[in-house]
Amino acid sequence: MTLIASAPALPLHTAGPYVAAAYIVFLAVILIYVAIMAQRLVRNQRELAQLRRELEERDRTAGGAVPAGSAESSEREVTHQL
Amino acid sequence: MNPHTRHLRGLTIATAVTITAALALVFFYAPLDVNQGFVQKIFYVHVPLAIVSLCGYVLGGIFAIGYLRTGRRVWDMRSYCAIHMALIFSIGGIISGSIWAKASWGHWWVWSEPTLVSYLIVILLFATYQPLRFSIEDPERQARYAAVFAVVGAAFVPLNFIAVRLSTAFVHPRVLNLEGGALPGSMKLVFYISLLGIALLFATLMKYEMAAKTMRIETRRLRRRLLGDDAVRPLGRSAAPS
Repeated sequence: MTLIASAPALPLHTAGPYVAAAYIVFLAVILIYVAIMAQRLVRNQRELAQLRRELEERDRTAGGAVPAGSAESSEREVTHQL
Repeated sequence: MNPHTRHLRGLTIATAVTITAALALVFFYAPLDVNQGFVQKIFYVHVPLAIVSLCGYVLGGIFAIGYLRTGRRVWDMRSYCAIHMALIFSIGGIISGSIWAKASWGHWWVWSEPTLVSYLIVILLFATYQPLRFSIEDPERQARYAAVFAVVGAAFVPLNFIAVRLSTAFVHPRVLNLEGGALPGSMKLVFYISLLGIALLFATLMKYEMAAKTMRIETRRLRRRLLGDDAVRPLGRSAAPS
């Protein structure tokens, strides 16, 4: 309490950089996080699209036959993972 | 359709609008504080970040209870994402608070200030959440242990808060209480809008995080289907729910 009471209000030219720094930190933390996540999402989306293409291609060449147990095990995995 | 992407666009727009409005109000509407002057503007970002991060830890604990009760992994994922986001918000909160402390008190950190130290303890406690998950390879055990940790940690947050409130030797200003607090009306309005903006940001980022996790699970499922059960490599050592 005494610390705050004894601290005088900083003039604008001194307080300005502190306020700017606090808001820049906030924006930087959010932007860095969003950038990392966007990168991850794009990579994942690309991988997912490629996997879907490969699966479709494989199903087409195999006449739509799905390897025994694959679909079932996939369901099992999703249930297990979520 | 990924259930976690539902309402995501609306939520993102609401977040962007609220945050922009809050920033405009902070700098063009909220009056200057008589004692602290312009530097008090940090209050509108620091306090909402701290409040939302603490609520995020509690939310993580509540989701963990959901997992322990139902055994459904989606609750574990929610708990993980809430704690993950709360940690990120805590970093923003503690750095902005430190900058404010330097401007107001002349020190980056005051060890004799219970609010600061207790907040740091909560952050350090939850900073061990991910290494804990990381150290357990079996997904079932990983989720269960992490859930127990999250529940205990979440119970610690309000306990810590009450202990600090009961403490008398503090220098941290008390601007919010059940009687309405010491903030004038215009400052209070800006503060609540800032708080809403940060809370919406938390919810939006958490939903994005969950959508990304769900997509990763889908990728793994397709790879498994493509390569066959035997060809899939074992689960990697990851702190994230898999």
